[in-house]
Amino acid sequence: MAPLAQGVEGSNVALNIGIFSLFVVITLVIVFRASRTNKTAVDYYAAGHSFTGVQNGVAISGDYLSAASFLGIAGSIAVFGYDGFLYSIGFLVAWLIALLLVAELLRNTGKYTLGDVLAFRMQQRPVRAAAATSTLVVSFFYLLAQMAGAGGLVALLLGISNKAGQALVIAIVGIIMIVYVIIGGMRGTTWVQIIKAALLISGAFVMTIWVLGKFGFNLSGLMGAAVDRVGDGGEKLLNPGAQYGLTGLSRLDFVSLALALVLGTAGLPHILMRFYTVPTAKEARKSVVWAIWLIGIFYLFTLVLGYGAGALVGADTILAAPGKSNSAAPLLAYALGGTVLLGIIAAVAFATILAVVAGLTITASASFAHDIYANVIKKGEADDKAAEVRVARITAVVIGAIAILGGIVANGQNIAFLVALAFAVAASANLPTILYSLFWKGFNTRGALWSIYGGLAVCIILIVFSPAVSGKETSMFPTVDFHWFPLANPGLVSIPVAFILGYIGAKTSKESNEAKYAEMEVRSLTGAHSEKAVAH
Amino acid sequence: MSTTDQGPPSPDWETIQQSAEFTQLRRRLRNFVFPMTVAFLTWYLLYVLLSDYAHEFMSTKVFGNINIGLLFGLLQFVSTFVITSLYVRHANKSLDPVSEKIRDDIEGGK
Repeated sequence: MAPLAQGVEGSNVALNIGIFSLFVVITLVIVFRASRTNKTAVDYYAAGHSFTGVQNGVAISGDYLSAASFLGIAGSIAVFGYDGFLYSIGFLVAWLIALLLVAELLRNTGKYTLGDVLAFRMQQRPVRAAAATSTLVVSFFYLLAQMAGAGGLVALLLGISNKAGQALVIAIVGIIMIVYVIIGGMRGTTWVQIIKAALLISGAFVMTIWVLGKFGFNLSGLMGAAVDRVGDGGEKLLNPGAQYGLTGLSRLDFVSLALALVLGTAGLPHILMRFYTVPTAKEARKSVVWAIWLIGIFYLFTLVLGYGAGALVGADTILAAPGKSNSAAPLLAYALGGTVLLGIIAAVAFATILAVVAGLTITASASFAHDIYANVIKKGEADDKAAEVRVARITAVVIGAIAILGGIVANGQNIAFLVALAFAVAASANLPTILYSLFWKGFNTRGALWSIYGGLAVCIILIVFSPAVSGKETSMFPTVDFHWFPLANPGLVSIPVAFILGYIGAKTSKESNEAKYAEMEVRSLTGAHSEKAVAH
Repeated sequence: MSTTDQGPPSPDWETIQQSAEFTQLRRRLRNFVFPMTVAFLTWYLLYVLLSDYAHEFMSTKVFGNINIGLLFGLLQFVSTFVITSLYVRHANKSLDPVSEKIRDDIEGGK
């Protein structure tokens, strides 16, 4: 256990806080500068559609490469080996759905939110309310995962091991994030994502080269060292099955997880909203292409970092550290470059959480203000856009407060796993409706409502009664047992159910609006009437 | 994209939708993205199922500590990058010219 004590004591608290504060100060200055041009709703929600494809691509990778990707995947690979790698493959392949089927068409048919796209040819108020509900629920799960990660990180880096101290730090993170969002709007938040993505990817790049250098740039040698470090049975790090291969049920759980990962991305509201920060569908395409390259390369880094942490730190030490498997990457940084590199990587990880939380918060607040407040409550007659943006800002504060509380409660949960639940909800509640509404003429209001609410309800119910929540040592509430659904991830059931409900709902309703569908289809494929708003 | 104000008369969307040009654009898009989606999802699910249920096969060492499972995993990265590039080429060559022409007709014609 000696290396563990070093790992925590070796971290220089003042240095960690110093580097992180520097990041906060720089980004705050940028956010304040960006806020000067925030005047209208389109500024606040979509940064005036003024970012380029490349900028937005980097920002998307910033939004997407959350603490779960960095800390969670590296930790899973360090502890479980090959099975951890499977997460990153699902997270990456998922982007092809966004690229081929969703990004450009969505950019052409909506303004700020998913609700805009659905409302195009369906009954405004019910579909907007449904889209906003699922947006809020997905964002909540995702927020919980990020804030839970913040707690573990704090414990590791600042040497704060009592829960009250950690809660205080989570609250501070939350408050900084709220400031970003309410002052900077989408423009400020996007710049935070861009800076964070640059720091995260270059930090991971440096560590990857460093680790590989220690093993003569030989991946096989690195993996061999990770195996040797474990000793007896270490061979299983190389092979599939260490985490999910134990029983028939856990194998099925893995299929469920894989399905949720690959179908979830294109339904994540904070990712969808990013497509509106660019002026044209072609720029949206370019941003996804950039995002795919950056994200793919980053996941290749995490493969090296995970096995590197296994070899240089050791799975036992990682699991014994505060923050458990989430601390693999920071401990590896310490093993490589001592306190300074640990401080830098810690600050990067913190910045990651901060930026992703900001991205989620602005999405959730936009959805509430634009869909629920302006179009459901005010019935679209609130021509006072300033009021709508004011509501969005107030919502951001409320969501920030909920995130802080949720983060304090969920402190210590496995982040990659919590994020997987958010993906399952997004894949069930959002993706079927998005695809049907873009490609199927016969889709209508009832289909959308059944698919969104049905997918959402089935997904949530299965999560609540799954072993993830109760009945196991690793559950959220380990002391009680009310689970009856055997799988930890509900995707295998809830995603097909949502597709089927959407189909049956649409088929049993007589509503159809062919003229509106014609307009939507022509506009979605050509971009007519959607790009001129901003001339660049 | 530098067109000016939106004119009051709305274009006849249904006529445009049924025009030969637009039908061609839709066919070119769908003929590319639908089969490609089926292909990459099948390849991904095959990989997942092999990792899940064919441990021995995936654990077969190819060289050093690199086994078939890892190689297949890395090939998922390769295929993702390749499909991305293919789509960009297809879009630039076969989709954008048609969609730009239709858009100009709509936005210029009022």
